[in-house]
Amino acid sequence: MIEVSELSKYYGDIAAVENITFRAEKGEVLGFLGPNGAGKTTTMRMLTCYLPPSGGRGSVAGYDLLEESMEVRRNIGYLPEQPPVYNDMTVESYLRFVAKIKGVASAQLKSSVDEAMEKTAITDRRNWVIGQLSKGFKQRVGLSQALVHNPAVLILDEPTVGLDPKQIIEVREVIKGLGGDHTVILSTHILSEASMTCEKVVIINEGRIVGEGTPESLMAQLKEGEVLRAHIDGPQDQVQALIGAIAGVLEVVPEGGGGVYVVTSQPGQDVRDELARQVVNNGLGLRELRSLEMTLEDIFLHLTTEEVNG
Amino acid sequence: MRNFLAIYTKELKSYFVSPVAYVIAGVFLFLSGYLFRNILMQFNMVCLQFAQRAQFMQGQMPPLNLNEWVITQFFGVMDFIWLLVVPMLTMRLFAEEKKSGTIELLMTSPISTTQILLGKFFACLTLYTTIVALTLIYCVILEIYGSPDWGPIFTAYIGYILLGGTFIGVGILASALTENQIVAAMVSFGLLLLLWLIDFSASFAGPTAAKILQYISIVGHLQDFQRGVIDSKDVVFYLTFTFFCLFLTTRVLESRRWRR
Repeated sequence: MIEVSELSKYYGDIAAVENITFRAEKGEVLGFLGPNGAGKTTTMRMLTCYLPPSGGRGSVAGYDLLEESMEVRRNIGYLPEQPPVYNDMTVESYLRFVAKIKGVASAQLKSSVDEAMEKTAITDRRNWVIGQLSKGFKQRVGLSQALVHNPAVLILDEPTVGLDPKQIIEVREVIKGLGGDHTVILSTHILSEASMTCEKVVIINEGRIVGEGTPESLMAQLKEGEVLRAHIDGPQDQVQALIGAIAGVLEVVPEGGGGVYVVTSQPGQDVRDELARQVVNNGLGLRELRSLEMTLEDIFLHLTTEEVNG
Repeated sequence: MRNFLAIYTKELKSYFVSPVAYVIAGVFLFLSGYLFRNILMQFNMVCLQFAQRAQFMQGQMPPLNLNEWVITQFFGVMDFIWLLVVPMLTMRLFAEEKKSGTIELLMTSPISTTQILLGKFFACLTLYTTIVALTLIYCVILEIYGSPDWGPIFTAYIGYILLGGTFIGVGILASALTENQIVAAMVSFGLLLLLWLIDFSASFAGPTAAKILQYISIVGHLQDFQRGVIDSKDVVFYLTFTFFCLFLTTRVLESRRWRR
């Protein structure tokens, strides 16, 4: 459905995106994961024919980005980072306008607008002026704008940014429901979001793809070891020596004094039981013990240092 | 055509759902009404003096021309007000879309840049023409109390629509260049004023340069229309000027697409 090979975009001498290659199959939800400024928005703008690529080729729904721009545009729904809404229009008249310029036939205008509003649960706000809606509703109006002509491909740039937790969950549900009928590409800088909504993740950093795969495989592949956070009451030297002696522990680093330690152990080895036993046996106080989730920052650090080494 | 109409109606509506159209029409009509009233009062005084003179000369004087004394003078000030007002009508057309990001929606939709541009241009021209047409009421007032010659009035209005197209063309070009509405307004105001005053420097230029400068002076071409003459050279001037501005605007808008 979407095929991109060696796509690049330069702003002067600066490479915003360099030689990226990936593909998304029909009905797939593909996550574009990367920190701010990694080139996610630039890539999406190239896929939507808003920006021309400096090099490489790409096709969306079988149409070439450069040669068949009009056909590409007919087949995509695009939600930029800022929902592209007119604040002085009502929700319904805005969606009718978008449907018209996206080429929806007059006979289907009403039904497609109704359907798009239903999918994003904004039917009860149809007569509201968009400027008076909250950020969450504006985002949903933006989403239904992308859906209104029932495109084969949906491109969503950070669709959950700036929303409150409840709205984030709602928007994610909507997006999940879209996979299957549509091919969806969404960008995010939140790892958990990618793992929750996407079947496939492409990690991009400084304009290059640094990792690709299902969220689970990526996390497993990248985990260097188990990381624990322990709050232990006792003299620092004694604690460090004690924990360091446990089999499988690689590193014990005090975190800001106050008895908190970050413990790294070998992959696949759970040292929690042994650690707890040792602490208690030595008459020290164990206040807190939990394993730390792999964060996006860790993955980036890992991937980018690997790049440099390789 | 359908895409053009979609943009056109959306733009026209957005003038009327916001206070923009009403404030601009209100301020313009107030100012032009005020000027019209003063021109009329002035004419009244001239009439009195003329009547006294006529008595003295025992009717040996040519009659006063209402068109020349009132209408031509009024039109002369009206185009100056438009010079100030048109940049405010046009400044938002593209600058606002760029600022709010809605330009991404337009540019990623299957419609051509020309359709977007023409939709916006004609929406603005429609609003302009509507406000200009409202000033016809002054001529109706003259018709009630006097007998103006309607021929030159109509040609003057045709001239006004052509002039409006040119003004709007310059304004749209300025608006496409920036995402800041105040910059867009100031640039188009500056350009229009320059084009207005450009024949001023003709007096100090060589004979060929003077002719060119006089030719591109934007209001000079309006005088024939106000006298009741539709000269094809003036029509061609306004139309090519407008077309040129719109052409440049499409280039500006599409420059992103070929800046690789």
